[in-house]
Amino acid sequence: MIPASAPVPVSFEDRMATVDFRVAADAHITVDGDACRGCSTRACVTACPANLFVPMADGGILFNYEQCFECGTCYLVCDTAGAITWRYPEGGHGVAFRRS
Amino acid sequence: MSAPGSLTASDNAASSDAARFDAVVVGAGPAGSAAALVLARRGHRVCLLERGPYPGSKNMYGGVVYPRILDELLPGWWEEAPVQRWVTRRATMMLTADQALTVDFRSEAWGQPPYNGATALRPDFDAWLAAKAVDAGALLVTSTTATGLLRDGPGGTVGGVTTDRPGGDLRARVVVACDGVNSFLAKEAGLYGKPDPANYTLGAKEVLALPAATIEDRFALGPGQGADFEIIGCTGDIAGGGFLYTNRDSLAVGVVLHLPALAAAGVRPEQLIAGLKAHPAVAPLVAGGELVEYSAHLIPEGGYDMMPTLTGPGMLVAGDAAAMCLAAGIWLEGVNFAIGSGMAAGESAAEALERGDVSEGGLSGYERRLRDGFVLQDHRRLRHAPHLLLSDRVQRRYPQLACDIVEDLFTVTNPEPKPGIGRLVRRRVASSGVRLRHLAADSWRALRTFG
Ligand SMILES: Cc1cc2nc3c(=O)[nH]c(=O)nc-3n(C[C@H](O)[C@H](O)[C@H](O)COP(=O)(O)OP(=O)(O)OC[C@H]3O[C@@H](n4cnc5c(N)ncnc54)[C@H](O)[C@@H]3O)c2cc1C
Ligand code: SF4
Ligand code: SF4
Repeated sequence: MIPASAPVPVSFEDRMATVDFRVAADAHITVDGDACRGCSTRACVTACPANLFVPMADGGILFNYEQCFECGTCYLVCDTAGAITWRYPEGGHGVAFRRS
Repeated sequence: MSAPGSLTASDNAASSDAARFDAVVVGAGPAGSAAALVLARRGHRVCLLERGPYPGSKNMYGGVVYPRILDELLPGWWEEAPVQRWVTRRATMMLTADQALTVDFRSEAWGQPPYNGATALRPDFDAWLAAKAVDAGALLVTSTTATGLLRDGPGGTVGGVTTDRPGGDLRARVVVACDGVNSFLAKEAGLYGKPDPANYTLGAKEVLALPAATIEDRFALGPGQGADFEIIGCTGDIAGGGFLYTNRDSLAVGVVLHLPALAAAGVRPEQLIAGLKAHPAVAPLVAGGELVEYSAHLIPEGGYDMMPTLTGPGMLVAGDAAAMCLAAGIWLEGVNFAIGSGMAAGESAAEALERGDVSEGGLSGYERRLRDGFVLQDHRRLRHAPHLLLSDRVQRRYPQLACDIVEDLFTVTNPEPKPGIGRLVRRRVASSGVRLRHLAADSWRALRTFG
């Protein structure tokens, strides 16, 4: 049961719109969709707090780096070697927290 | 180059070997700024390198700093530190689906100098501390990512860092890696083994705007006073916990989740936050709060047993980069441990520079300082806490058991007479599925860990 006082739920898009991202021209994380085809855990899909890993019908993964928190969760939970290439974005780019 | 701040100076410095730095400190979080401040005060030429556009831009946490460690370094810090609220109320909540048991403590003394803890926003706090290092003479270079280590020959002494600026190598006699939980520099230096996800938790949080007066009413606080709630039993099948902190005119509410369980659970972090916010004991506190920022960050949860080797030739590791955040249930203290270890790193690096010996041996004063102080003493004492606290019994069975026992205690069953407390507890333990020998073993472990 949701209490009457519960806050109005926000869509994931609106949630991410509260965060300031200074998007770099180059992707700092790349995902090899082919490597993902053999993956049974799909751990990244629910663990990524920014919800950036989208499973595709063909078993691959669609990934977009633009709204990434640079947290590191994905490379730690993924146990398929070579699926994720991870580095920090170019200096001055990426997430910029203001109120956390 | 479209460069903010002081970049030109560093580019010049980088291009001429004569102008190399005594120390490059990587990361302008609390560890890095403390290290740079100490080094600069001792007269060394320090570059403080930060990949974000401003200090704090990449740093998110729950929300309470315990700044007494600054008493010596920055006397009177409380006159000027960018504080949101002084924490005068600390509560630990145990939740089940529809019960809550809270231990709630208040102290007026914590609202007076020298204070105890304060809520603060990291972009404010980290920028303030970095500015202290700059005042002392450190050169802060923002918007620049260190991309690797410079070495005198393969496996040789570390002699600076490469950056993602064209021609942006920064040479230095010593590198202090304060580059946070993912520390690619410590990994590159071979100071860590293969990272194990079981040593990490993910924190995700929402900042919810509410008027200051509403916050003071709801949390029963005086003006400028703050509350800190740690919460267990709110993360379903995932080991972890929750938190709720008061800023001046916003709340911080979030969850901390053990990575292996999060990876396996098929539940998303924001769904768990939504569940926490909807709990009957929490919903009235957060009602009407407007989401103004969502954020996420890792915590090195493993403590003492996951720490890397702390020194290499020409290099020291401090703060989260060395897993020095203390995450032991009722305590979540990382900023003070980062400052404490950063100060020790700064002092030891300064000593080594002054003696002209930055070899591993020359830098060994660092570990000694940490062992003599609170950083490694607290970590050693609490080294088994993460394991105990992330266990299923502590996470789920015990909160349920405690809530049930208290519910029995306070439920009036007239016309039945009250049962004896001993019998009531035995009955609940028996039906909880918790074995007495586990309860005894966990109590003993808890006593040894926390006692
Ligand atoms: C959800 C959550 C809740 C928490 N709650 C609390 C709390 O209530 N109280 C508390 O005391 N602690 C808390 N902590 C822990 C605390 O945030 C950390 O322990 C603390 O920030 C560590 O400080 P640091 O300086 O070591 O690292 P960080 O604060 O992470 O700073 C590292 C800096 O290095 C920079 N950097 C990284 N790599 C590079 C590079 N290659 N080049 C240039 N710059 C780089 C980063 O941008 C960053 O500014 C919490 C953490 C989380 C995630
Ligand atoms: S990124 Fe890793 S965890 Fe995610 S689907 Fe691909 S292989 Fe699996
Ligand atoms: S670093 Fe964090 S936010 Fe970015 S893609 Fe990986 S899990 Fe998602």
